[in-house]
Amino acid sequence: MEIKSRNFYNEILTEHNMHPDYKHELENADLRLEGVNPNCGDDIWLELKLDGDVIVDGAYTGDGCAISQASADIMLGLIIGKTREEALGLSDIFTRMIKGEASDEEIDSLEEASALRDIAHMPARVKCAVLGWHTLDELLGLE
Amino acid sequence: MDISRIRNDFPLLMKEPTAYLDNAATSQKPDCVIEAEKSFYVNHNANTLRGFYPLSMEATEIYENARKTVRDFIGAPSDKEIIFTRNATESINLVAYSYGLTNIGRGDEIVVSIAEHHSNMLPWQMVARVKGAGLKYLECEKDGSFTDEAIDEAITERTKLVAFTHVSNVLGLCNDIGKVIRRAHDCGAVCVIDASQSIPHMKIDVGENDADFLVFSGHKLLGPMGIGVLYGKEKLLDKMPPFLTGGEMIDSVRRDGATYAALPHKFEAGTVNAAGAAGLAQAMRYIEEVGYDCIRKRDEELTARALKGMKDIDHVNILGSPSYKDHNGIITFTVDDVHPHDVSAVLEADGVDVRAGHHCAQPLLEHLGVRSATRASIMFYNTGDEIDRFVRSLATVRERLGYR
Ligand SMILES: Cc1ncc(COP(=O)(O)O)c(C=O)c1O
Repeated sequence: MEIKSRNFYNEILTEHNMHPDYKHELENADLRLEGVNPNCGDDIWLELKLDGDVIVDGAYTGDGCAISQASADIMLGLIIGKTREEALGLSDIFTRMIKGEASDEEIDSLEEASALRDIAHMPARVKCAVLGWHTLDELLGLE
Repeated sequence: MDISRIRNDFPLLMKEPTAYLDNAATSQKPDCVIEAEKSFYVNHNANTLRGFYPLSMEATEIYENARKTVRDFIGAPSDKEIIFTRNATESINLVAYSYGLTNIGRGDEIVVSIAEHHSNMLPWQMVARVKGAGLKYLECEKDGSFTDEAIDEAITERTKLVAFTHVSNVLGLCNDIGKVIRRAHDCGAVCVIDASQSIPHMKIDVGENDADFLVFSGHKLLGPMGIGVLYGKEKLLDKMPPFLTGGEMIDSVRRDGATYAALPHKFEAGTVNAAGAAGLAQAMRYIEEVGYDCIRKRDEELTARALKGMKDIDHVNILGSPSYKDHNGIITFTVDDVHPHDVSAVLEADGVDVRAGHHCAQPLLEHLGVRSATRASIMFYNTGDEIDRFVRSLATVRERLGYR
């Protein structure tokens, strides 16, 4: 019996994985934190530079599956230039999107990060998708 | 081998549409094993060794007959040398806590091969730490083999114990355990052989290989989960203190102490997994019926087919030997630029179940210079079609991740 194959690696994901915009070290970072998924070994270091309340720059380094790496890259594109509060708000929406609890309007506000919405149907990959965002929450002093 | 008849024996294979290629993690179970376990509860359930009524005697007889089946299956001289445990991990811990903590001291050395599963590594790290003994790694070559020089250099007069795997769960390579055991004995050390990945694929004879201790899990050998085996030489087991204490392992208990039961019950504290033992015995009878010759032939056919297909795919790198004869059903590989979890996710989407990660052998992967890898592992009940489906899907991985 042949199984109908699915492909959830859409172009936005593969592009950010192959050609990340923010995968490098950040000089003079104000905040720096490691995020790890012990089960599968995904591992990122998230670095941010702040000016007052505003995230003026950010980057990550690490090793992991395409979903964990692309998700972190997309996240940085979204939060740079935003205030702490705005970034945490987006993180909240992202987490709820992955749980299948966000509205279409909220998901639209996530721009490219909405490319990960189908992960809600793949419990095995949820942890990969949220690794960057959870690390961000911790770094900004939530949790 | 009539493969469709064989597959008919495995209820899960009959109803599950995916190609199950994670057999090194756990095998599927034939009907007769499931029935043997069920039959214990339906027809004979009582606590073994405790009652004098017929049902309890029956239960005891089934359990002890299972022990005899295991004894004969691995060529052990005596029932006393077969200890039932939960799995290979528990068997190794039993030896570490009982033999290791008693017989190994400061200044002694324990030699562990770098190819060990964490289960045959962490207990020895513990013994070395607690007793102040040295822990030395026996290093392998790129293909996983061990040279005579490496063996002679690692195992010396200071060595008290050698922990060594028969077949690596990453590379599939079958090691020359005879050579390592001889060297250990020449140096006055004992040798613990991990047969978890070999016994599903080849005949094990402890009389022939002269292992002091040999361990495996039932669940990788078509048996139920929760039953494993420790074989140990009687003269060693006899002198070892109990691992766990409590019921079923004593002769008599006083306020100030106890005398322990004779072998093998000294090492089987508490109520045992009699149904699991019955299932494992049935699994061994099933394996004997199929025959290791047929199993080997089938392993090699399917492995050759997979390796041939994989060699034609660019950017796929196979760990270990290039020969299909050296894999014992285990093929671990990497795909350039693609993380193993993405490889397994693509395969999974195409209905092929494999494993990705460090395979509980982090030091080995590090030694081989890879962080993590994907593993497909084959059993005789797999089909050529399943292998082809795996290869076809693997060929699309890089493209589906955007590499063109
Ligand atoms: C070589 C080897 N040793 C030990 C084990 C541990 O087996 P278990 O988890 O059944 O105790 C495994 C299984 O993963 C293995 O492959």
